[in-house]
Amino acid sequence: MSGRVLVGVKRVIDYAVKIRVKPDNTGVVTDGVKHSMNPFCEIAVEEAVKLKEKKLIKEVVAVSCGPQQSQETIRTALAMGADRGIHVDVSGKDYENLGPLQVSKILAALAKQEDAQLILLGKQAIDDDCNQTGQMTAALLDWPQGTFASEVSLEGDKINLVREIDGGLEHIKINTPAVITADLRLNTPRYATLPNIMDSLMNNETELHKPNHRTSLCVGLIPLFETVAPEDMQGGTDRSGAMLRHTVLQSGLGLHTRSLVVFSIGIGKNKTKLGTV
Amino acid sequence: MANPLKTEVIRLYKNLLYLGREYPQGAAYFRQRLKSAFMKNKDVTDPEKIKQLVARGDHVIKELEALYFLRKYRAMKKRYYEPEK
Repeated sequence: MSGRVLVGVKRVIDYAVKIRVKPDNTGVVTDGVKHSMNPFCEIAVEEAVKLKEKKLIKEVVAVSCGPQQSQETIRTALAMGADRGIHVDVSGKDYENLGPLQVSKILAALAKQEDAQLILLGKQAIDDDCNQTGQMTAALLDWPQGTFASEVSLEGDKINLVREIDGGLEHIKINTPAVITADLRLNTPRYATLPNIMDSLMNNETELHKPNHRTSLCVGLIPLFETVAPEDMQGGTDRSGAMLRHTVLQSGLGLHTRSLVVFSIGIGKNKTKLGTV
Repeated sequence: MANPLKTEVIRLYKNLLYLGREYPQGAAYFRQRLKSAFMKNKDVTDPEKIKQLVARGDHVIKELEALYFLRKYRAMKKRYYEPEK
């Protein structure tokens, strides 16, 4: 039992900011926009710190993957009571391609490296709303998972968990090491006050890792998705018009079909626009 | 003559100023109100009275933290959870 808890913290656009889409439709505007820690990650940090205050665990390690600015998020976690931070430096093109699978690979590698007993994550991030990182991390490590936790209690090497599921609560008991993702009602996260933020600046306990560096994590960040701009919109099939023509032809109104004015404009394959019938 | 309570008052002011950055009506609005609240009591010299005022400031900090938490909690609840019947 190492008594070490890994907490994932994600830097996202602040929940109160009005999101704007980039003019070229490749994403949302992030430059000069206020960022903060994902609210569900805050809940995860709070839970880890609470477990530490109850002396059920020994060390809380906050992990964030992203560019230089992610260190601010780690600092917030340190101000909330985390002992140490790990910043996995992912920037530029890699950061654009960073998705739940890549993050879960990094987390799984770190969990092994740090000999973690527990991984606490937010159930989802408020920017991409994926809700996958916790589940995939558990799968990669082959650890039990407790998702959407609204109550967590440690009992030796077992964890009693209350999960929020559709239409009620589920009580489960899982072994450690495990992955837990926090739901909204798990706790009320404390505020990272100015003195605490200043303290975390003074003793900066953040390590830097490169995800695919030889001496570091050895996690390849292969992109899964490619962003492409949608093709220029051309006329599609006007279903109602097609249906109407079909109905008319089927209903034996043969006499009148000739008098139907059907505009059929073919644009490309399978793209037929039907005008007034 | 440095008043031992001076650091306390400055600490309070800084903390409130920091918290004010997230204030719903804007940081500028908050800063103005904060400054006038402190200036109103600038002539207070009685240490007991100053302690009382600092305690009130600390209470305001708690209130603000609670306000921010509730605001965030409500926003999350509205976005991700079904309204309760």
